[in-house]
Amino acid sequence: MKRVLTLVMALCLGTAVQATEVMKLAVTTSFHNSGLADILVPQIKADLDLEVQLLVVGTGQALKLGRSGDVDAILVHSKAAEERFVAEGFAPHRREIMYNDFVVIGPVADPAGAQGATSARQALQLIAANRADFVSRGDDSGTHKKEQQLWRDAGLDPQGFDGWYKPVGAGMGAALNTAAGLGAYVLADRASWLNFGNRGGLALLFSGDPVLFNQYAFLPVDAGRHPHVQSALAMQLEGWLTSDRAKALINGYEINGETLFTFNAAPKVQ
Amino acid sequence: MNDIWGGLTQAVWLVVTLDAELLEISLRSLQVSVSALIVASLIAMPLAAFLSVKRFRMRRAVIAVLNALMGLPPVVVGLVVYVLLSRSGPLGVLGLLFSPTAMIIAQVIIIVPLIASIAHQSLRDLWQEYHDLLISMNVTQRQKMATLLWDARRALLTAALAGFGRAIGEVGAIMVVGGNIDHATRVLTTAIALETGKGEFALALALGFVLIALAIAINLAIHWLGRTEREGAW
Amino acid sequence: MVSTMFPLTLTGARSARAGKTLVGPVDLTLGGQGVTVVIGPNGAGKTSFLRMLHGAARLSSGRIDWACPTPEAQQKQGFVFQRPVMLRRSVLENIIYPLRIKGVSRTEATRRAHEWAERVGLGDMLGRAAPVLSGGEQQKLALARALISSPELLFLDEPCAALDGRAMIDIEKILTDARAGGTRLIMSTHDMGQARRLADEVIFLVHGQALEHAPAAQFFQSPATAQGRAFLNGDIIA
Repeated sequence: MKRVLTLVMALCLGTAVQATEVMKLAVTTSFHNSGLADILVPQIKADLDLEVQLLVVGTGQALKLGRSGDVDAILVHSKAAEERFVAEGFAPHRREIMYNDFVVIGPVADPAGAQGATSARQALQLIAANRADFVSRGDDSGTHKKEQQLWRDAGLDPQGFDGWYKPVGAGMGAALNTAAGLGAYVLADRASWLNFGNRGGLALLFSGDPVLFNQYAFLPVDAGRHPHVQSALAMQLEGWLTSDRAKALINGYEINGETLFTFNAAPKVQ
Repeated sequence: MNDIWGGLTQAVWLVVTLDAELLEISLRSLQVSVSALIVASLIAMPLAAFLSVKRFRMRRAVIAVLNALMGLPPVVVGLVVYVLLSRSGPLGVLGLLFSPTAMIIAQVIIIVPLIASIAHQSLRDLWQEYHDLLISMNVTQRQKMATLLWDARRALLTAALAGFGRAIGEVGAIMVVGGNIDHATRVLTTAIALETGKGEFALALALGFVLIALAIAINLAIHWLGRTEREGAW
Repeated sequence: MVSTMFPLTLTGARSARAGKTLVGPVDLTLGGQGVTVVIGPNGAGKTSFLRMLHGAARLSSGRIDWACPTPEAQQKQGFVFQRPVMLRRSVLENIIYPLRIKGVSRTEATRRAHEWAERVGLGDMLGRAAPVLSGGEQQKLALARALISSPELLFLDEPCAALDGRAMIDIEKILTDARAGGTRLIMSTHDMGQARRLADEVIFLVHGQALEHAPAAQFFQSPATAQGRAFLNGDIIA
């Protein structure tokens, strides 16, 4: 009995031993799926001796984690929600880091003719007009919010859509898997698309409209609200993410010869 | 079909090359689930014995609740543990969220009802057999429980293995409370979910095959131990 | 050995289950020596009677008074069932069990277990699994397990039912030895030969009523009741 208890203690304690400098950063699925994190995180560890633990969630959950103080900082892409987050006092500021873009993915046959569209607005109108199957993230993520905004910009209300519009309530990868299975259209970030392994009959049909740009921002959680957060480490990380070092890595990151991200951090806090 | 074949070959490749990352997440899977199993057994087995020997007013209700909790969706457990352990939650000061300890807690909650229910079934049968004898010997409640637990140990092993199977294959709860953090809380099942999300079906399947192999190996090892024990005692 | 438990007095003692009387009401007094054999037709309530005395069946009305406080009396008695209950352990572990739960050291318990195993003829089976023993061996084990803690009183419910002659001889030998050692025995049997061989006194039970309680010689020679005569004649008692 004693031996068993010792074993239990050892196992439980064993889990508590960690490196000295550790912080938690909530990031969006789309950022993580891009693979850029696998380049940045080891470099941060090497440069700052800081282990950044990534919690890969949707923007909605990332903001929630920040609100509860369960992470030290967040890196997301939903400007309106981020500004509300700062206004409510959960973060001292919002720092833009980089952007990538969203793309419209759909079946190679392109029954709605989205490929010929001249704007994102027109591409979506064509899909709606043809009632072609469309998979929506439906998970309150940054990508989902962006998609909702785009529909509204196109003069359409997603609430009123019927059968062809399918909110799956899942991450980007799962949504792409579903779209591949259904032969449906889907809005994805370019990084997730390029890294996606199960394309099936899907292809990139439309991209390039500036409204599709996707701005990532870094928000440290306010230590005034949650005294236990690692503010100093978050500051250090922010400094690194806006440095020339990060700029070179971000701008230089490519998949299949395509650049994904554009570094656009302002030199100092806005 | 292509993916399954690819998954199998990739699984074999990962194992023979002793892939460092695979080793790490496999060991963490084992560490979390074995810890959860030990803690859960220490709770569930005495509870099952108590429910077998003690008649009290709410006994049937407790058993019914335990049976019902066997079907508890792990995601719900994860969410509850998450809310409790969150910095803004009642146990936030412990700072346990997104740690293996949090995953162990969630798994314990998931498998205690399962282990207790299965254990209770065999202990109840054994108690019917032993009842008259132990009563006639004026055995105390504690001794009754200890006797049942010891003599039903082989059936209890089955209960424990069922609990272990559910723990190591579980993903919903530990994803929520562990966060699937690379090098910290990533285990086989959460890695599988991640790779599936990326559309990397072959790698996801490979990890799945490793998980199955691991579960089979553990089961065989424990049954083998159980058999040597039987030969030794009798 | 003079028992502190006796005399045992039953006053209107009755045991019922789900509103149906199993045995009683019974009024009688039992002394502290020898072998009491409870006989009667099937369904007379012999098992219920023993269980009621032992405290294993709840008393629905009336009283059972030992000469000492009841919990103390219950510590000093054992019970051997018609179908012996085997712990799923080895023979040795079964025999030492009652000593171990009373806190006797394993060494001491094992020493005494070897002694008792020899006495009941299980000396070379200590390592075997108890549940796979034959019926006779199981009953011998049950006796050794009951007697090892030196009970002042031992109840036996049809201990030889379904046993062959050889096993029956062995078990009756164990019982007469125990009686000689001062252990008070109260047992039921449906075997009249066994009753005549072992009994010092007889309780004759019909429909849960103790129709007769008499010294064995007196009962077997001249039963006081018509039912008693009929039973000894081998007639069916409805």
